Amino acid sequence: MEKILEVKDLQLSFHTFAGEVKAIRGVNFDLLKGETLAIVGESGSGKSVTTKAIMRLLPESSSEFKSGEILFNGKDLTKLTDKEMQKIRGKDISMIFQDPMTSLNPTMTIGRQITEPLLKHQKVGKTEAKKIAVDLLRMVGMPKPELRIKQYPHQFSGGQRQRIVIAIALACNPQILIADEPTTALDVTIQAQILELMKDLQKKIDTSIIFITHDLGVVANVADRVAVMYGGRIVEMGTVDEIFYNPQHPYTWGLLSSMPSLDTAEEKLYAIPGTPPDLLDPPKGDAFALRSEYALAIDMEQAPPVFQVSDTHFASTWLLHPDAPKVEPPLSIIERMKKFPGSRYYEGVRTNG
Amino acid sequence: MAKYILKRVFYMFITLFLIATATFFLMKTLPGSPISSASKLNPTQLAAVEAKYGLDQPIPVQYGKYMANLAQGDLGNSYQFKGASVTDLILKRLGPSFLLGAQGLILGISIGILLGMIAALRQNTIWDYGSTFIAILGISIPSFVFASFLQYWIAVKWGVLPVALWNDGWKSSILPSIALAMGPLATGARFIRTEMIEVLSSDYITLAKSKGATGFEVAFKHAFRNALIPLVTVMGPLAAGLLTGSLVIEKIFAIPGIGEQFVKAIMVSDFSIIMGTTLFFSVFLVFVILLVDILYGIIDPRIRLSGGNS
Repeated sequence: MEKILEVKDLQLSFHTFAGEVKAIRGVNFDLLKGETLAIVGESGSGKSVTTKAIMRLLPESSSEFKSGEILFNGKDLTKLTDKEMQKIRGKDISMIFQDPMTSLNPTMTIGRQITEPLLKHQKVGKTEAKKIAVDLLRMVGMPKPELRIKQYPHQFSGGQRQRIVIAIALACNPQILIADEPTTALDVTIQAQILELMKDLQKKIDTSIIFITHDLGVVANVADRVAVMYGGRIVEMGTVDEIFYNPQHPYTWGLLSSMPSLDTAEEKLYAIPGTPPDLLDPPKGDAFALRSEYALAIDMEQAPPVFQVSDTHFASTWLLHPDAPKVEPPLSIIERMKKFPGSRYYEGVRTNG
Repeated sequence: MAKYILKRVFYMFITLFLIATATFFLMKTLPGSPISSASKLNPTQLAAVEAKYGLDQPIPVQYGKYMANLAQGDLGNSYQFKGASVTDLILKRLGPSFLLGAQGLILGISIGILLGMIAALRQNTIWDYGSTFIAILGISIPSFVFASFLQYWIAVKWGVLPVALWNDGWKSSILPSIALAMGPLATGARFIRTEMIEVLSSDYITLAKSKGATGFEVAFKHAFRNALIPLVTVMGPLAAGLLTGSLVIEKIFAIPGIGEQFVKAIMVSDFSIIMGTTLFFSVFLVFVILLVDILYGIIDPRIRLSGGNS
């Protein structure tokens, strides 16, 4: 598969009054054409910052690329001028935001907001752009688009507004769509509709999606691959099945255990103890070690390297080192692993190939 | 919309009635009368003159008469300028006041908005500090100090423009206009800076950037209109005040405007001019406030008064 975006050893810091916050500390991943990559992690893990860094939407006065590169079609986005970046934003890479209630300009008709990227990036006239905007609204499932295009954002509901934001993002058929928790602010039923819509549209216009969320239920629904972020790093990455049924990193175990499911027997939901690391002064070893029951002595001393589990599955935990003691994951995780061919707890019939 | 405006006009009349009543009785508590200032008359002459102008009647009767005339649009005659009607006197003085006010307002608001925009877009740089400094000066220096400063340097020391009076055509209006502009300039800069900084950090601005909008487009196409509402709120009354003449600036520059006439009228207890000018100010202010309310709806569709679009 063709790689469309490659993030290599990205390090980024914010300069604050308290000092340098190392928000991203060496992130590596790539995005394939047409796939959906989910980035999961708790607040402050760096998932939003990573995508805003790709779009170069972070305040330039306080943020700084320390090292690494973001390769998009061979161009390093971290090195582009503002002008070059403006040509990419909205055309090749576009973005959907978390809160549809605040992400549309209240004093502009939605027609003008949808046609803006069209007029900017494509050689179309005003009438042509308007026609495309109506088609886009119809495509995202807005009834009576010819009338509604003249209305203002406050005349739409939350779900409708998110549809409009999606229409804006898809206006120029971008190669990459970044969705930053697009369903978090919506009702559960509307969430499902928006997710269905996004999956539908992805097939139609063949775009790659980076989907940021902390909702693992959503991940299972939309993603092809999953990257788990913690403390400014990706700690585990693999296909959806690998992450859900053969997780290797104790943090992924924690995340999965704290996800409620229909057949959870216990009344009490598991919560990962402790708080996320302070990235003003990040721990020198594994950032998760202090909150982990499975931490080894070396976790406090040295950050673990990336171990390859399969062709597509990588995890950065010392537990995968050949010399590490064999630990038993939590029971609920073992239950999951029993269903995954290739895991050490697999109970099904092993087949070759 | 028409119904709304009609309702507002009705309220306007009630407001004006209350203002007229309050001013009338307050004015009557002032010591002295238009005639006592002349002080050369003996008691008999005084009584005769008072009787002629109806000043000897009980105050409620005077009030009734005044209101009856007012209802017919008659503001009465001046006491100092023999027989001149107050309406004529105000209209004659309106020109210079209006010109100074309009010039000062346009100059002040445009520079104020510009300074505020620069400060917000270049936050925490030398540009920001410079514009904030100017805004603070504009707020904290009283206009009469600034006006004297302008007169001293520009008119007296450099001799570029006339010091005062209204006899050198448009040139006479420049210094007083600049002095008047400081108020709206400072207010504009302060409000636009604060509001722009808030608007620029909102989600829809990030979305506009993510569409590929340039810095200029983000600032003027997306942010500016959203940052205007608070400014319009304070600018309405400020504009009314400036256009109807500034008491202090007109006095300092000896401009024959409404403000200057108003101050003089108070000095000599010219009741009918005091009443007339106060009512004129009030009508103007109430009207501007209505205008501001309509303007809100034009700027921000969320506050549109009645929707034909549900």
